[in-house]
Amino acid sequence: MSLLEVVDLSAAYGPIQVLHGISLTVDAGEVVVVLGANGAGKTTALRAISGLVAAKGELRFDGVSILGRHPESIAHRGVSHVPQGRGTLAGLTVDENMRLGAYSRRDREGIAADLAEWYDTFPPLAKRRSQTAGTMSGGEQQMLAVARSLMSRPRLLLLDEPSLGLAPLVTKQLFETLATVNRERGIAMLLVEQNAALALELAARGYVLEAGEIVASGTAENLSRDGEIRKAYLGR
Amino acid sequence: MRGRALGIGTRAGAALLTVGVLAWLPQYYGATDTALFAKAIYIAIAALGLNLLTGYNGQVSIGHGAFFGFGAYATAILMNDHGWDFLATLPVVAVASFVVGAAVGFPALRVKGLYLALITLGLAALFPDLVTKYVHGTGGTTLVQPPLPTSPGWAQGFAPNDDQWRYYLALTIGIVMFILAWNLVRGRFGRALLAVRDHDAAASTIGIDLARIKVGSFAISALYAGIAGSVGVMVTGLANAGRVETFQLSINFLVAVVIGGTATVLGPVVGAWTFVFLERATQDLFPDQALLSPAIFGVALILLLFALPDGIVGGARRTGRFARRKLQARRAPRAPDFPSPIREDRQ
Repeated sequence: MSLLEVVDLSAAYGPIQVLHGISLTVDAGEVVVVLGANGAGKTTALRAISGLVAAKGELRFDGVSILGRHPESIAHRGVSHVPQGRGTLAGLTVDENMRLGAYSRRDREGIAADLAEWYDTFPPLAKRRSQTAGTMSGGEQQMLAVARSLMSRPRLLLLDEPSLGLAPLVTKQLFETLATVNRERGIAMLLVEQNAALALELAARGYVLEAGEIVASGTAENLSRDGEIRKAYLGR
Repeated sequence: MRGRALGIGTRAGAALLTVGVLAWLPQYYGATDTALFAKAIYIAIAALGLNLLTGYNGQVSIGHGAFFGFGAYATAILMNDHGWDFLATLPVVAVASFVVGAAVGFPALRVKGLYLALITLGLAALFPDLVTKYVHGTGGTTLVQPPLPTSPGWAQGFAPNDDQWRYYLALTIGIVMFILAWNLVRGRFGRALLAVRDHDAAASTIGIDLARIKVGSFAISALYAGIAGSVGVMVTGLANAGRVETFQLSINFLVAVVIGGTATVLGPVVGAWTFVFLERATQDLFPDQALLSPAIFGVALILLLFALPDGIVGGARRTGRFARRKLQARRAPRAPDFPSPIREDRQ
């Protein structure tokens, strides 16, 4: 049984249908990427999974249906969404943002231990603990968004274009850290990316989303060899 | 945690000094001024609560005068008609205001911003009518004048007059409410308030229950306004909910929050005292020109906000940060990270 099972999921904003019945799975500890052009419905897919957008179809996390549940209840189950544009709270300090990530947890010692661990994993954040998040660079804010999500001890991380607006080198470092987190903690990730080359390096499997439908899927290796995908998303 | 610059010792010292000065005030000033100080305290209590709602949670209410009135009448009626002790009415008012606040807060789940402000305005308009219908006070009016607490024997040493005793009661309640607000804001609940205000989608994916936070902040702010109403009755000896008074109070609370500094714990307190004293200072400037005083008061408020757009506490913080940077720069002139090419050329 997969950790996340999405079967024939559709979603619409008012009269505009964005997702036309997509199906995908993410296994425990697996990294899966969804590739697609602007407007293909990638963000909507993540928003539907985390409960921010109403959807139809089947949506199961760890065998339990989470369709139609409130975002906070889905978050409590272990799905953590890192939204596009990061969603860090600009007026709060790094530390406060991190503690907010642990909002649904009550184990003080565990929170303190995780805080120390993630500051260890993301050293630039440790240096800026008491700085307001809004004054940090884009890369640092993206790190903060990921680290904050990890504070909830998720089993599945939903990452919406983490590379958006970041310098290539910063993106590369971020993806290396994500790989480390996945390897060491076994946290599954569903990643939506425009930077297909890097994403396919990180992911084990991938799906290609076009106009709200899944048009291709396979292992990362096969996808990166596919001629059309190379032309459309890898630019070579 | 934001902008925390002063050490814990400095802070504790400043707090002790402030409390000391506040406790000394009625020893030096007479009954009229003491009543004014007490008014600043109960406005501050209401503003503390409104700041949790409006400053920290971003929900604007212009109807909190109604909750104030609710607390005032609850205390006045319990004391007057049922012979309760003043302090005994406080827990009842707290719980009842909290419940009423939660009930009123539910529309806030569907409406935001200006529309929510309008709904709360309706609350301020409705409340006086409810009072007219259900309260039968002195001589058929809606005024209720309960017997006020008097200075007990053991307090004769420091508060021989009843107005002094009432001021100390108000001050004690004010300090308790301040400490509660301070603790709320610094912890998990405070962070959630800000998260919901700034980014509700992100807040909900973190696991924050938006409905609970929004309704909860409404309920807590109503509790504060209700307690402020109780203290108000204890100070003025009168529960009254005219249309004008209810509106005016609602606006006063908001003004206190804004001129003090939204989303700062100290802001509403500083704002309330400033508000009450500005109002008092402009009152007697032109004894035969009744309309001139409120106009000058208004202009003073506008000037204050013009000079300090983020409130007195916000402005003070900004100035403090600026001064600290200057000071650090002078103490340790920083070597430039890169050797300046222009200077190199000159040498």
